This record gives sequence, structure tokens and C-alpha cells, in this order.
Amino acid sequence: MGAAGLPSSRQAEVWRRLAEVNDPELDEPVTEMGFVERAEVTGDGSVEVDFRLPTYWCSPNFAFLMLDGVRKALDALSWQPAYRVKLHDHMFADEVNRGVEQGKAFGDIFAGLTADQDIGALRETFRMKAFKRRQEAVLVGLRKHGLTDREIVGMDLIALDVVRFEAGEADRQKPRYRAALLERFPARRADGPAFVTWDGADIPAGALGAYLAELRGVRINMEFNGALCRGLKQTRYKEVEVIDGEPTLVDFILDRVPERAAPGA
Amino acid sequence: MFITPEGKEIFVVDGHTHFWDGSPENQRNIHGKQFIECFYAYHSALSPKEQLWAKDKFEKYSADDLYRDLFIEGPDDVAIIQTTVLKDFYKNGFGCIKRSTEMAQRSRERFIVNGSFDPRDGEKALEYIHFMKETYDIKGVKMYTAEWNGASKGWRLNDPEAYKCFELCEKLGIKNIHVHKGPTIIPLSKDAFDVHDVDYAATDFQGLNWIIEHCGLPRLDDFCWIAVQETNVYAGLAVALPFIHSRPRYFAEVISELLFWVGPDKILFGSDYGIWTPRWLVEKLWNFQIPADIAAERGVQLTDEIKEKILGLNAARLYDIDVTAKKKALAASPFSIAAE
Repeated sequence: MGAAGLPSSRQAEVWRRLAEVNDPELDEPVTEMGFVERAEVTGDGSVEVDFRLPTYWCSPNFAFLMLDGVRKALDALSWQPAYRVKLHDHMFADEVNRGVEQGKAFGDIFAGLTADQDIGALRETFRMKAFKRRQEAVLVGLRKHGLTDREIVGMDLIALDVVRFEAGEADRQKPRYRAALLERFPARRADGPAFVTWDGADIPAGALGAYLAELRGVRINMEFNGALCRGLKQTRYKEVEVIDGEPTLVDFILDRVPERAAPGA
Repeated sequence: MFITPEGKEIFVVDGHTHFWDGSPENQRNIHGKQFIECFYAYHSALSPKEQLWAKDKFEKYSADDLYRDLFIEGPDDVAIIQTTVLKDFYKNGFGCIKRSTEMAQRSRERFIVNGSFDPRDGEKALEYIHFMKETYDIKGVKMYTAEWNGASKGWRLNDPEAYKCFELCEKLGIKNIHVHKGPTIIPLSKDAFDVHDVDYAATDFQGLNWIIEHCGLPRLDDFCWIAVQETNVYAGLAVALPFIHSRPRYFAEVISELLFWVGPDKILFGSDYGIWTPRWLVEKLWNFQIPADIAAERGVQLTDEIKEKILGLNAARLYDIDVTAKKKALAASPFSIAAE
């Protein structure tokens, strides 16, 4: 919030850009996960971003990937401001902050601590998982929509584009799946198949059930992490949970009740 | 003992409990502080509200607290205390086999105290395994591959020095190897939750039981794939089970995958006490039904018979507990603190 007096459009642009950065492991925008604690355009137009993860122990490689994403997002801002990004309360906060600031590669930042760094392969793994998770949501949505397996695997992109889901996971993931598909197969034409495996193989109608079972495993893992991270983040940030307008005993136990005047009638 | 609404007695072995000291006095550094805070966050995030503890109790609970929560208010018949040392973070260890064994003296029938070692200690680790066997007659160990040890920020089950330790365990009859493969932090590189080292170790040590705590959950798919190929790999439910409260449908999907791949004879209940207390977990598990659509997708069921296996019979088999004899022995030994 804040930054009153400055063009709020700049502020909005910052958040819009940041929303394009995903937690690589969860495939959810970092803004939605609440990892961006503060993003502000200051009086001179420069940008400050404070970043905090659910725990002190969050894997440094994931932290690096996200901060690297943030850096790229800020590089893309229309007025090309100076910026400062800071990771808070993490076991390697100093190392990561310094490294990201200097535009260093992950392997260089942690060269002293680890021998086998292959962040490129890690990125690729996460891209694959995101592809599969998004794809599963759309496939399950189409089945619920009443399409047969044969109809589903026979769809091209044009046919997929005209499908209208109700609000929900399939609806949310459809454009994200489309983007992942085109990132994976940039030469894909609109009349090309909408559903192939990560390796580009066709999915026979008779095998769709087994294929979905495989994708389900990917989703279960990602959901576990997502649910855990959300829970931990909420606890870590000590958000006040007000029920019926009043903090509960739990809020007092957890010391997450801010000082304020006694509630009036 | 858990008594079902129909009056049936269910034997409960809590396969994963702690008697830790995470208090500020015992913290060696900021990492020790952050570690217990992270545990507390798990506790706060996944417990029903009426089960929440104040922070100072959570940091260091008493032997009486543990005894009451597990056996008097809780349904456990036997609890396996796992030792997670974290000596780089805590002065006397987060868990300590000596302290846990002393605590367990109040009811020898009810406790199994497992040891722990760090293969990176080389010869010393081997000596220590001998020491634990001779002094405590341990039947199992807890392995925490993410543990720091000086400059090293983790190790793998298939490291050569780890293999030397497992060879010794097998020779001495320490046959239950509990491995933390769950949400964690390290290694720095690759995939922080990689479970593939389990595959090598389980293949190479057929005489040992590999109980994968938290069922490798962030990598459930990999874990299931390994478990289905190795007859000596088991899934510990700690951390997965509390989702039964906050996200029951999600828990249904997890347990369905485990039933499908790992099978009902190889899933073990664990409360992860003091992160969670066993009573509500056992009650909710007993009352739980997998939603029909999920059960149909995987073609699995969670029957009462299967629940009974998960809650105690599977662990009893691994730890050579004669359930009938144990029930008799427990019935003959009164609780050692008064229930309030």
C-alpha cells in the first residue's frame, strides 16, 4: 500500500509483473502465496520489494529461483527503475540477497557450500511438473464437462479454446496450460493436438485413464507443498484470525493479537 | 487402546513420537531457534484449534505431559520415541537417547526408544552403534539425512560410509531404519526432497526394514514407485495424517495412493508427538471414509481391518510385539501418573 501521490498505475504495474513470478515448486504466483510482503514505488520512482518465505528453512534453490524471477520481473518494468529486492528471515538470506543483487548464478552463490549445482535441470523439472498439473486440471475438467476420452484426446487447440468451463480449477488452469504447452512446443499450430505428453507423444483414448493416474501423483505432491506452505506462511506471519469479530483464545496463545483499544459495543 | 463406537479394542502403536528439548536454554544458535519455530508452525497450521499448545510448552514438554497425552488421554498402547539429534543446533541434542530412555523407565512396556547416528562421523559412528546396542538394546534408528554436520549440509543413504553403518546395524539386529523423507530443507542442490537414495539402500539391505516417515510426501509419486518395487519399504503417516482435519479430501487422495501402491500391510500410524497429539488423529482416522469417487478411481478401500493394521498391527510385526501378550502385560501395569 502507500505510495500516495505517485501514479498508482506504476504500483499496479509492479504487482502485475510480480504476479507473473511463480513459486517453481507449487506453480502458484508468489503474490498469491503471500511471499511478497511489500512492493513499493518510492518517491524517486525506484522500487523496493520485501520477500519472505514460509520458513527459515525453505530450500535455497527455490528461494533463488523466485528471487531471480522477481529480478527479471522488475527488469521488465516500463520506466526501468532502480530497485532493491530483499529476502528476509531465511537461513541463507545474506548469501542469496548479495548474489541476486550482483546478478550471480546460483552455483556461484553457493559454490562454497555445494558441489553439484544444476539449477537448469531443476528449472526443467519444475516446468514439467507445472505442465502436468495444469494439464490434469484441464483433462479432468473436460471429462466432467461430459466429453468422452476419445473426444478429449482428439481435440486441437482451436477446439480447446472454445470450451467454456465453469469457475474453478479447470477454468483457472486452461490459459496456464495453453501457455505451458506453447512454451514446451513453440511450433505447435492451432490445428495441432491440444493434449500430448511432456515428451510430445500422443495419448491414446484407451490410455487416458492410466495417464491421468500418473498426473494425479504430480498434483498430490504439489498440493501437499502448497497447503503446507500456505499454512506455515499464515502461522509465520501471525495473521490475526478473527472469528465473529473477535480474536479467539488461540490468537492470544499464538500472540497474534495486535494491540488495540478494547472492542466497543 | 482405542475403543471403537462398537466397543472393539484397537491396539495402537504410535510409530513416530518425540521427547524433545527445543527450549531456548538448549538452543545452540539461531538455527535451533528457527527449527523449533518451524515445528511450531506445523503444529499451529495443521492442528484443530482446541488442540493448540502455548509456545513454551511446545518448546519443552514434560515426561508427564507426554505420558498423559499418549497413553491416558491418548489411545497409544506403545509409542516409539525417535531420536533426532541435531547437535549443530542444540547443546544436548534436540532429541537425546539417554534422556528419552530415562523418561521411558516409568513404563518399559509402553516405550520403544530408537537411536540415531551420523555416518559422516566415520569410525565413531560405528563405535556409537555398538554403544547404543549394548547400552540401550535398540531395535531401530531414526535417520535424518538433512542434518548438518560442520560444513556438510546433508548426506545420502547410499553414501559408502552410510553403508558401513547399515551393515553393522544388520549384523547387530538393529533392523528398523526410520528415515525422515518429508518436508525439509537441504540438500541445497537438485531436488530438496529426493527419495531415490531409499531405492539403493533398500535393495542393498534386504534384511532391514525401511520406514519412510512422512511417506516422502512432497515426492509421493517417486516414493510409491520405489515402495512398490521393494518389499522392505514402509510408509510412515506422520505429517500426512493431520491433513485429515484441514483437508480431508486431500488426505483421501494421499491414503488412496498409498493403499494402491504400498498396500495396507506397509502403512504405519505416527502422530509425530509433540507436533500433534494422537487422540484426535486416531479418532478421525477411525471415522474416516474415502469418498466414493476417489476410492473408485484407485479401486481401493479403507476398511476397519485395514485401519487396525495401520494403527498398530503393522508396526507390531516390525518390532516383534506379540499383541496378545502385550495387551495382557499392559492391563496388569497401572498408569504411573494419575489421570486428571
